[in-house]
Amino acid sequence: MSKILFSSISKKFVMALAGIFLLTFLPVHLIINLLLLSDNPAQFNSAAHFMATFPLVKIMEIVLFATILVHITWGIMLQIQNWFARPVGYVSGSKTETSFFSKFMIWTGASIMIFLILHLFNFYFIKLGLVKGNPEDFYSVAHNLFKIPLYNYIYLTCFALLGFHLFHAFSSAFQTLGLNHRIWTPVVKVVALIYSIVIPISFAFISISLWLFR
Amino acid sequence: MEKLNSKIPEGPLAQKWTKFKSSVKLVNPANKKKLEIIVIGTGLSGAGAASSLGELGYSVKNFCYQDSPRRAHSVAAQGGINAAKNYQSDGDSTYRLFYDMIKGGDFRAREANVYRAAEVSTQVIDHYTALGVPFARDYGGTLDTRSFGGVQVSRTFYAKGQTGQQCLLGAYSSLNRQIKKGNVKMYPRREMLDLVIIDGKARGIITRNLITGEIERHGAHAVVLATGGYGTIYYLSTLAVNSNASAAWKAHKKGALFANPSFIQIHPTCVPQLNEFQSKLTLMSESLRNDGRVWVPKSKGDSRPPNIIPSEERDYFLERRYPAFGNLVPRDVASRAAKERCDAGFGVSETGLAVYLDFTDAIKKQGKKAIENKYGNLFDMYVTITGIDPYTEPMRIYPAGHYTMGGLWVDYELMTTIPGLYSIGESNFSDHGANRLGASSLMQAAGDGYFILPNTISNYLADEIKIPPVSTDRPEFVETEKAAVERINKFLAIKGKQTASSFHKRLGKIMWDYCGMVRNEEGLKKALTLINDLKAEFWNDLNIPGPDSEVNQELEKAGRVADYFELAELLVTDALNRKESCGAHFREEYQTPEGEAQRNDEKYAYVAAWEYAGEGQPHILHKEELNFVEVEMKVRSYK
Amino acid sequence: MKLTLKIWRQKNAKAKGTFVTYQMDNVSPEMAFLEMLDALNKKLVEQDIDPVAFDHDCREGICGSCGMYINGHPHGPVPAITTCHLSMRFFKDGDTVWIEPWRAKPFPVIKDLIVDRTAFDKIQVAGGYISINAGAAPDANANLIPKKNSDAAFDSAICIGCGACVAACKNASAMLFVSAKISQFALLPQGQIEAKDRVRAMVKAMDEAGFGNCSNTGACEAECPKEIKLQNIARLNREFYKAF
Repeated sequence: MSKILFSSISKKFVMALAGIFLLTFLPVHLIINLLLLSDNPAQFNSAAHFMATFPLVKIMEIVLFATILVHITWGIMLQIQNWFARPVGYVSGSKTETSFFSKFMIWTGASIMIFLILHLFNFYFIKLGLVKGNPEDFYSVAHNLFKIPLYNYIYLTCFALLGFHLFHAFSSAFQTLGLNHRIWTPVVKVVALIYSIVIPISFAFISISLWLFR
Repeated sequence: MEKLNSKIPEGPLAQKWTKFKSSVKLVNPANKKKLEIIVIGTGLSGAGAASSLGELGYSVKNFCYQDSPRRAHSVAAQGGINAAKNYQSDGDSTYRLFYDMIKGGDFRAREANVYRAAEVSTQVIDHYTALGVPFARDYGGTLDTRSFGGVQVSRTFYAKGQTGQQCLLGAYSSLNRQIKKGNVKMYPRREMLDLVIIDGKARGIITRNLITGEIERHGAHAVVLATGGYGTIYYLSTLAVNSNASAAWKAHKKGALFANPSFIQIHPTCVPQLNEFQSKLTLMSESLRNDGRVWVPKSKGDSRPPNIIPSEERDYFLERRYPAFGNLVPRDVASRAAKERCDAGFGVSETGLAVYLDFTDAIKKQGKKAIENKYGNLFDMYVTITGIDPYTEPMRIYPAGHYTMGGLWVDYELMTTIPGLYSIGESNFSDHGANRLGASSLMQAAGDGYFILPNTISNYLADEIKIPPVSTDRPEFVETEKAAVERINKFLAIKGKQTASSFHKRLGKIMWDYCGMVRNEEGLKKALTLINDLKAEFWNDLNIPGPDSEVNQELEKAGRVADYFELAELLVTDALNRKESCGAHFREEYQTPEGEAQRNDEKYAYVAAWEYAGEGQPHILHKEELNFVEVEMKVRSYK
Repeated sequence: MKLTLKIWRQKNAKAKGTFVTYQMDNVSPEMAFLEMLDALNKKLVEQDIDPVAFDHDCREGICGSCGMYINGHPHGPVPAITTCHLSMRFFKDGDTVWIEPWRAKPFPVIKDLIVDRTAFDKIQVAGGYISINAGAAPDANANLIPKKNSDAAFDSAICIGCGACVAACKNASAMLFVSAKISQFALLPQGQIEAKDRVRAMVKAMDEAGFGNCSNTGACEAECPKEIKLQNIARLNREFYKAF
């Protein structure tokens, strides 16, 4: 049984499920972030407070962290196996026309992970009291951060890479789950394209407005 | 004639096989495991036999020279597989299939074997379908069939243009099941170098491991050759370039008679030779002649592009010569007619060795879409190879060596003249006479492997149960191995200048020119001299770089070509001996005033089975008279 | 035309390989790629140099023996064909042609361009069959199968087992190969009885052989000489989940 659970397809299945869960988390986070555009800090701060204290969200937070951890661990595990599967590469490279972004999932994923760590330091660790700051005023924390140009550069780069990651991940997850259909698969691909553009652009929009127009 | 007891069971034709099966000696299931059988080849017959014998419980060792059993050349058969299912209710029956084969073979095949092949054909289709072979189906979910040359019923089951591949993969899957069960042990990348005979019986083989160069000994209670045909004797043919006659030839030199070697089918519709390095002539399915019209320009050396030659200046020579059958005459007839035009100087392309196969009229009448549906994959293949689009310009085609009706002589039980040595599929001679009908090679190969051999072999093995596993330390193994190693060393010691392939190519040209589609006494005699000279040159000027202790493809080729020199002599001898024209064997001296084949039933209604008499000795001819009880011998006419 | 060939030469499985450069003059555009290599080998043998070893057999695109990685593509730059069908008219005078063996851990190089593909056979032995003995089959028309399913099964069944999918995949994954067989049987009623055991056994054999994991990149589909589709992989995934 364990062999079935840890077979290549099962590992991919875990990756896909975790990925889809993370896909649902991003819009939630985006909606809250949009409140940063408001001039009234109370709106964002109360939303942040709610997210930090509501019991159901607390549970979901644990699930979210677990999911991220699983997604990262499984992703690295799969990638290492993939590297081992071709110890000697081609001198003439690969000229096959394929989904471009799929070739760099581990690297786009890694940069997102680095951003996540940064994000933890900037916000989550404040909440835990590990880093100095006022957990009741993330509005100001965010506004201050977006005043730092370097932070914006990192932020924007990471969200561009997130877009690349999402574009392949979205439809790939469906394929891995075996959900391939003559009509629906092309639809999924279009939705994936829209999603992977709209989500990162929206996040980027917030960062740019706070940085340049405030 | 002690040697040629064909062991045909008594009784009416339709009852023979049933009667045989119910009276054949059997082997107790407990004893089967102790009996070892070697099967050489993994095509439809070889993989079929190995898996069936494994299912029965025998210990089977299966060998092939390819890296995987899935690559045997049965894989390349295109058109289909015949079966007397009569699903179309168009009057088909076992008897009708039998009759078509006998007539198509120009009355040079053995009635009892042919009838049995027709009889088991229905089981073959059932079995392949059960194995998951995706044959074409009708909208109602039933199996579809199509018609093929030389018959009036629709009995050809097919899987687009890849029937052979699908059947072979079916056979490969049944073989895999037995490999998993441990009943069959697979030995890929092995070449059989010789047969080991102990006390007059086939007891094993010597092989070369094509990766390590190791010479290996394998013992068994019986040996089955499923090694295919020898069409690559022409060098250029529709066969896989590594197909060879070596296993069969080694068996022949150890005492198995070789029957009707000169009966080789030349397929009319192949992509012609395009360059001097060409290694292969790709077949374009016979089905194309349903809609394509064959022609050459009426004036010699007309080098205008085909499309601008007006129709009154075209010679549709098949329609002209055979108004009744037109473009759908049998393969041998169509091939000879194309050769006749080219020899007379009317051939097209730079070489003058091609005729047009034109679909313009069919496209006009039925539309491009309809033609695409029927032949799309073949047209794609043609444009891939030649760069010419057959939708807009006629295909260029020319005949090429294709299938060998001749092969090792076998009796009704498919045993050769060496006790314990069997030959199945294309490697034997038994079912196709002097010409094979389309879609019956898959049928025969599968029938032999799955349903006939597994039933007949117990007749022999029942008396072998007391024989312990054959020890490969016996002196017979040691000696045979020594001879095989010596031969390899002899090849390596020549250290001349030329490649094995260049000799093969020259041998092929001699065979094609003098012992191909048409033959005559003068040419055949000349061929014998040329073959001998070339053979001498081969043994003096061959070069093989590299050692024998690793992959050495030049060494592999050399062994095969060396055997082809010897087989070529026999082939020509057989063609000289048969002073008549029948099926694929066309002797110019024996034709009707209209240029058609003229059989001589009085003198040549026999199977010519040749015995090897030793190095440099002339072969000894044994005749198996063919007695036609059920059918009356007639002249084939397609006018 | 004149070509510069850069060919991977490796004496045997244990030896260290290297690229060797060969100049080819007088290459005719009518030659097939393998015939061009035949011509090179003829030249080499005449100079008593070990010729380039490569697997090949039917030379009509169906046996699956041949396969080499040519200028960044398995089976060369032309889609939907095998190496033996690759015509030299697709190359230009003066071109440099890199010729490499399939690269994957489960496909170790045996010599030069020959690799060991027995891993594929092992996968098929593990479960790529329907268990029925010769003679036990019902009449071929006893089970009616919708034409659509039968045709789809055929489209999956035409895999020639050449290994181009593995060679093309950045992860050296064999999913397309395995999925073609699984799909063929999944689409036919004959294949249902053993469906669960089959998919488990074949995936296990695939994993044990050391192939990489599928990342849905699609290189396999793009390079498959028989145009086997990615949908097969989705079907394989479904069949695998069903087998839990």
